[in-house]
Amino acid sequence: MSDERTVGDERIVSTATNPDIDAAGFTADTKVDSILISADPHPATKPEGFSVVGKALPKTDAWSKVTGAALYADDIVLPRMLHGKLLRSTQAHARIKSVDASRAFELPGVVAVMTGADLRVKYGILPSSPDEEVLACDKVRYVGDPVAAVVADDELTAEEALELIAVEYEPLPAVMSIDAALRTDLPKLHDNPRRTNNVHKEVHLEFGDMDAGFAAAVKVFEDEFFFEGNTHAPMEQHSVVASAGADGKLTIWASTQTPHYLHRIAAQVLQMPASRIRVIAPPVGGGFGGKTEPFAHELVAAFLARKTGRPVKITLTREEVFFAHRGRHPVKMKIRTGVKSDGTITACHLQTWLDGGAYGSYGVATTYYTGALATVTYKIPAYKFDGCRVFTNKPPCGPKRGHGTTQPRFAFECHIDKIADALGLDAAEYRKRISVDANTTTVNGLRVTSCGLRECLDAAEKRSRYAEKRKMLTKGKGIGIAASAYLCGAGLAIYWNEMPHSGAIVKVDRGGGVTIYCGTSDCGQGSESMLAAIVAETLGVDVMDVSVCASDTDLTPVDLGSYSSRVTFMAGNAARQAADGVREKIAQVASEKLDVPIARIGFARRRVFDVADPAKSLSFLEAAQAAEARFGTLAAPGSYAPPRHNPDFKGSGVGPSPAYSYSVCVAEVDVDLETGEVLVERITLAHDVGRAINPDSVEGQIEGGVYMGIGEALMEESAFRGIEHKIPNLLDYKTPTSLDMPPIETIIIETNDSEGPYGAKEAGQGPLNPVIPAIANAVAHAIKGRVYATPITSDKVLRALDADGGAVLRVRRAPAHA
Amino acid sequence: MSIAPAKILASLSINGSVVECAFNPNKTLLEVLREDVGLTGTKHGCEMGHCGACTVIVDDLPVLSCLTLAVESIGHEIRTIEGVARDGVLHPVQRALAESGGAQCGYCTPGIIMSAVALLEQNPAPTREDVAQGLSGNLCRCTGYTKIIEAVENASAELRSAR
Ligand code: FES
Ligand code: FES
Repeated sequence: MSDERTVGDERIVSTATNPDIDAAGFTADTKVDSILISADPHPATKPEGFSVVGKALPKTDAWSKVTGAALYADDIVLPRMLHGKLLRSTQAHARIKSVDASRAFELPGVVAVMTGADLRVKYGILPSSPDEEVLACDKVRYVGDPVAAVVADDELTAEEALELIAVEYEPLPAVMSIDAALRTDLPKLHDNPRRTNNVHKEVHLEFGDMDAGFAAAVKVFEDEFFFEGNTHAPMEQHSVVASAGADGKLTIWASTQTPHYLHRIAAQVLQMPASRIRVIAPPVGGGFGGKTEPFAHELVAAFLARKTGRPVKITLTREEVFFAHRGRHPVKMKIRTGVKSDGTITACHLQTWLDGGAYGSYGVATTYYTGALATVTYKIPAYKFDGCRVFTNKPPCGPKRGHGTTQPRFAFECHIDKIADALGLDAAEYRKRISVDANTTTVNGLRVTSCGLRECLDAAEKRSRYAEKRKMLTKGKGIGIAASAYLCGAGLAIYWNEMPHSGAIVKVDRGGGVTIYCGTSDCGQGSESMLAAIVAETLGVDVMDVSVCASDTDLTPVDLGSYSSRVTFMAGNAARQAADGVREKIAQVASEKLDVPIARIGFARRRVFDVADPAKSLSFLEAAQAAEARFGTLAAPGSYAPPRHNPDFKGSGVGPSPAYSYSVCVAEVDVDLETGEVLVERITLAHDVGRAINPDSVEGQIEGGVYMGIGEALMEESAFRGIEHKIPNLLDYKTPTSLDMPPIETIIIETNDSEGPYGAKEAGQGPLNPVIPAIANAVAHAIKGRVYATPITSDKVLRALDADGGAVLRVRRAPAHA
Repeated sequence: MSIAPAKILASLSINGSVVECAFNPNKTLLEVLREDVGLTGTKHGCEMGHCGACTVIVDDLPVLSCLTLAVESIGHEIRTIEGVARDGVLHPVQRALAESGGAQCGYCTPGIIMSAVALLEQNPAPTREDVAQGLSGNLCRCTGYTKIIEAVENASAELRSAR
């Protein structure tokens, strides 16, 4: 486990050898320090005053995960359980003329079959685009669209039965690109009388005086970028078990990040009261946004469990996970920015075109997100955004870590580097100059509170020796910087309501154990450990005294789910409020027993004591029992709703957040000028997390974000050959392995957000965003040419070199066999 | 009723015990462990040999159980994640992973631990590169591998100092 020591205002979180930096300015492959810097405007709540918050403790579920004891959805086995399989479309776009599953039903071992006609209800995660069917009824819209289902005694029989289902298709021309989707002469995927083409959503927003802004500009820069789609590829394939009790109550165990949304939509689709459905999310084996909405297999399992009266399990194959998708949208972007001679931005116009795939998913929100957060990083006094999402005959795109903000961040940070270059400014200094300030409001009405962007820029620049290396590196070696901001939860729920976004109940038992009930779903980000830490800190008990009962719609108050980096901020605040409720009761009793004013009662190390004279104390157990004797059952609820600061315009619901996290990445690369191959040699990432409840977990989220960013920057892509996904498997869909990871130096910046629980913000998504443009900027620095599209593969690097006349500079090595 | 071929009865040596079980001969070791023996600690991420989540140790070597027929393992010593801790005491690799935060979602973790245990048995003093190489067949989407590699290095140091 990591040690901690304090050096000035820097807390060194993990002890390791110092990076040796060689003469060329590059570090050898050694372990690096992770540092924590306090930029806390409220020093009265320094972490030294905490006993749990700020400590690098093991996660509460670590033990079950390292022993194989953790039970994921596919590990659940129930008596008489059936196995289900989905038949998926072989056509990208076709009308279904008929589906005949009668022969499949006759196969021995098959218990039930299902087709679209069995459940003709349209649904969608966003109430504004209910365009999905559990199984396609009249039309299929991508290769892999579910058409029919079978449940049988075993998986093999179910699989065999799929081949006996006859589907007659009438093929339609497939729409496979943004450009094709904008044409009016191709069939529409969805009947929308208001459209002549396959546009799903258009957004046009304008803030500030654009004309005056561009008129005030000394120079105007224009660029075009493309961000390729990619996917989450969580290691756990989606899985569900559904079981209907004899009383008709349905229980669904699903690998989902959003049990509450599955609960709502299952009730809607199955047309039964939500009170008769219980959704449980067991530990989720990775999500990254890919498990944030109800899927066909979940609803099929629920329907067939009711129909057969037997439990049904459906686990997707890896290929099906690629079809289920909801991954990163491919986005084409145009940016036009006016600047003064010192680089000050006077106006900015951003246009985005999103390839949405076959269904709506979260796409309306994604479209807004490609524009909404552009103003939260740098000062932009006039801003115009035009977004357009289209339908294509591909697996539906949705939210992936960074939801809709990752693509424009890549574009914007590359664009900013080009502006800096053209104006002869240092790219890091320039960013500091135009950074947004804390406690300001952006031109599109977003409220920025705590902001550690400058501290992140300073720290990342200093630790990486950016300025020095930027000047001295020779061609082929490059260093690049990029910055970004991210939400700590969306300000609005995805369905309109005035209820809290997160609820929690804290209860103390008679043995001194504490249980927190909260609807969060832990997909590996450590939400359960976070809740335990906040409750333990508030009540002064050990983290191991706290049990977390999460993600069970029967037992836990609603939390909207593990998406938009909302859990620490929102569920953490709800947990803190619930724990405070219990604490107040205990404090009141203790103040009487100890004859100390209530304001002087402290909680730590399982004791309740007089902070002025800690010898005057009760054990937590004694105090809790006395409080139960006085007040009855010792429990309290807590809830959290983000403040409403929505400006008044359509679409203003996307973008507001109770706080924003800030990240800066410096990437160092070595580009092989002959092959175009890019090697990331080192990453420095500074992240303003508000407060690190658990620095090890924050570091883990940052490292995971860096890893995923490297994958997206250099290799990951959802590629299609004709109408088919070219590489729906984990061998050809390239992801970085343990051999591809450079040393990562993480710097945790603490700004102690005044509304976050113990000052915390988020770390799950923000740190990914700057990684991709930092690598792109480093490559541009290395090759003196630029790649405008992700992933930055060798072929693109070579083309960028050629465009720049770089070919002449390439050194040809003699082939090894010559 | 099922269309699957008739089951065979076999004895498998798993985690030091002989387990008698009946299974279809076309089943993989992964399927038999999870479905017929009830050892669900071994995971799957692809069932095509691409991800390493299903790694178990057979006769001291790491093996992808999704590519191994269960019948091939008859007469061999199989070790799974459930057999790594002894008498309730975690293996140093397990402890190091738990303490360092090397398990996030934890889904790749059993496979990673089996690869790491096999690596340290073959090579008690691996370099960082050896560790990265030894784990390169195990995909992890959460951690960026950094903490995993550190944990295995720490465990190897601990094992050596205990020797
Ligand atoms: S499940 Fe065996 S390698 Fe992926
Ligand atoms: S910890 Fe989630 S895949 Fe490795």
